Formats: sequence, structure tokens, C-alpha cells
Amino acid sequence: MMSNEHSMRRVTAIRNGTVIDHIPQGHALTVLEMLGINDKTSVPVSLVMNVPSKKMGSKDIIKVEDRELTQGELDRLALVAPDAHVAIIRAYTVAEKMTINLGEEVVNVVRCTMSNCITSNPREPLPHRLKVISRFPLQLRCHYCGRTQNLVELVKNVI
Amino acid sequence: MGGLITMDDLTNEEIIAILDDAERLLPVAKGELYLPLLQGRILGNLFFEPSTRTRMSFETAMKRLGGDVVNLGDVKTSSVVKGETLFDTIQMVDGYTDIIAMRHPRQGAAQYAQDSARVPILNGGDGAGHHPTQTMLDLFTIRQAHGKLDGLKVVLAGDLRYGRTVHSLSHALTRFDCELVFASPELLRMPRDIVADLSAHGAKITETEDLYSMMNDADVIYMTRIQKERFSDEDEYAKVAGAYKLHSNDLNDVKADMIIMHPLPRVDEIHPSVDATRHARYFEQAFNGVVARMALLCKLLGVSVPKNVEKEGSAL
Ligand SMILES: [Zn+2]
Repeated sequence: MMSNEHSMRRVTAIRNGTVIDHIPQGHALTVLEMLGINDKTSVPVSLVMNVPSKKMGSKDIIKVEDRELTQGELDRLALVAPDAHVAIIRAYTVAEKMTINLGEEVVNVVRCTMSNCITSNPREPLPHRLKVISRFPLQLRCHYCGRTQNLVELVKNVI
Repeated sequence: MGGLITMDDLTNEEIIAILDDAERLLPVAKGELYLPLLQGRILGNLFFEPSTRTRMSFETAMKRLGGDVVNLGDVKTSSVVKGETLFDTIQMVDGYTDIIAMRHPRQGAAQYAQDSARVPILNGGDGAGHHPTQTMLDLFTIRQAHGKLDGLKVVLAGDLRYGRTVHSLSHALTRFDCELVFASPELLRMPRDIVADLSAHGAKITETEDLYSMMNDADVIYMTRIQKERFSDEDEYAKVAGAYKLHSNDLNDVKADMIIMHPLPRVDEIHPSVDATRHARYFEQAFNGVVARMALLCKLLGVSVPKNVEKEGSAL
């Protein structure tokens, strides 16, 4: 616990916003990409990489100010960091701890990466369904075409 | 069960039971006996890309069993061209029919259609994906010749890279502990992920570029067409194509009961001199498409095939 508190303090405490802790080491940038946080984002974002962690050996942490993650964003986060801890901060204190859930199937979070898949027609109304084959490293299999795909491919296909 | 989208929808026991049904239905498929097991039922043929062979085979299968068929018609003039989604097309046909056979250029289309439909879907090919009715007719042909599927030595030759037929058949044969030989030019080898997957399921696989050296203890030689379009260099194509041609002269030392199969249409892979040999089985194989699909239509519509077809049917 001490080391956790300590590592959290590597970045300035935020007043309002979201802290994402226990991101697998080296994956913070992918998390930002999945959450759509880029050079057009105006709120302050801090990021720490390669923080020593008892549980994980080494981990990454992200703090986003003045923004609370939505359920949709948590679902995307689950693909990169299925065991991350997410805390919503209000007035410098943890107001809410959110749980990330990577179930057996990911529905309408990402699109299949196979270009000839039936789901690549945006007018087809059925949900995008990918089965979780492996949590970490992530491997998903399209319910329709059966194609197995990894995180590197899927990052570009978030919905 | 729902539909038949991939071979994984069937257990080995179900496969054998369907092949048994198909065998009993042979006189009906040949038109020697009339047995209207599917009278009053309607098959919807939804072919979103042309495949006269498969479509005719489904249609014949349905009609031999006394059922009726409605066709999507030419895709170029249908509502699909006007931008209708597969979901909407299925909603309509689902209301008109009791079962749907479909072929679609996109992968996953059959599963998508099944999720959109109330009636069972028979996948007649979805892009480079699955074509399970072809696999069933291939298995039927092999078992018809050898009386069993288990433990046979099967040589698959030619274009193993792009042919979904050989991919699907390899998976099925692995489930029946067959020994597989993949004979192909380097450029058209079986994809690495498929070989790895088959090996993980316990397949015994030999890969070679030399087809002729592998023929003498084979039980089945499954030839496929090598397409010119796969090669950038004409000379390279000519060289490769020449190495995967069967002539009756090549068959002097093969097993007496070895059979030669081909999904057709053939080009030069099998010389016409082979047609008259005891080994040629590709025309029966094409005909078996009808009887295998008859058995599958019955299975998916929940109609059991009588044990004694001769007694139940009437002479034509
Ligand atoms: Zn897909």
C-alpha cells in the first residue's frame, strides 16, 4: 500500500478527474490512443511509465484532469489493461472506484480488422462481437468471420 | 441445431449420422425412387455471387425430396445492388422460406445471416471462409470408397494456399485421425497458421513439393486447380503447373483402391486418360453434392431419414 501511495505521488495530485493505475508497463500510450486522448485534447494529462510495482514488477499510470471516464471508455480500457484500477477524483479525494470488466465477449467496442468481414459494411445493424481468446496479451476472435486479431491491429478500430 | 455455418457445428457422431442418411438417400438422389420427405417445405437459394454448380446442387437436392425452391435471382438486378443490407434481405427471405442456402462474397456472412434469421442457414461459401457442404460431400465420397474415414492417408495437392476447400477438408480429416500429405509448390503451400492449428490438434502432416513420390501408399489423392493469376511470371506458372498433372501413366504403382478427387472445374491437373481408370472419382464426387445436401437439408429441417428408404419410397 505504501509503495502504491508513493508511486501515485510521482505525479501531482489532481483536484478533479480520473486516475488509471496498474496499467501494464509500456502500455500507457496505447491506453491514451484507445481513449482518444491526443494532441487535440485540451485538459491536462499526466503520464508516468515504468513505475516499480510490487504486484506487477513495473507499471504505468495515467491521470486525466477534469474528465471522468464513461462506461464506453472503460470497456476500451479493458482491452489494454484488463487489471487496471480506475479512480474518479473529486475535490482531491477518491470519490468512486470503477471496476473494469473484460468478459468473454466484447460487444460494440471494436470493429473486426478483417477488411472483407461482413461487419465492415457500416450499414449492417447487428452488433460487432469479438470473443476474448486471451486477456493479456489481448487476442480477440470475430464472432462472424472467425479472424483472430491482436491489440496492435485493434487499436485503429475502436468504435 | 441451428444452421450449418462451419464444420465445427457438427460433432464427429453427427457427421457420421449424416453420411449414413446420405447413403440411404442415394436411390432418391439418382431418381430411382421418389421419397417426398420435404414436401411443403421451401428452400431459399441466396447466392450473392455466382456459383451455378453449388446452387443447382442445392436446388436438385430440395426437389428430389419433394420440396420447393425460391431463388434470389441475379444479384445485379436484385435489391442488393440498390444497397440493401444482408440483414434486411434475410428478414424478407426468412419470412418466405423454411431454410436458406447462401453464398456470399464476404467472410462471416453466413454466421451474420444466422444471427438475423429464424430459419436455419446452410453456408454454401462465405468469401475465403467456410464451405461445409463441400466438405461433407468430400467426406461422403471418401467414405463411400473406403468404407471408413479413420486413419486414411490423404494427399492434398496443388494450390493449398488459397483453396478453402482443402483447408476445411484438412480440419475435418484431422478429426478422423487421417494422415495428411500436403503436396504443393513453395509459393502455394498450406498457410502456416493452418498447419500449426492442425498439428496442435494432433495431425500427422508431411509437406513436400514432390507429388509423385507420395502417391504409392495414398488412399486418396485430392487434386486442386493451380490458377495462372497467382503467378507474376508465366514461365514459373508453366513449370509449377507441369509438376502437378496426373496422367494415367503415373498410376501404375498406386494402391488398387486409391481414389482421385477434384472439386472441379479442372484445367490440366488431371489428364482425361485418368477418367477411365478405376481411381477417378471426381464426377461421382460432384454428383455426391446432391445426396450430401439432401441429408443436410433433412437434418437441419428436423426430418429423419427412414431406415428403410426402399420401403418408404415409391418407384418412379
Ligand atoms: Zn470479422
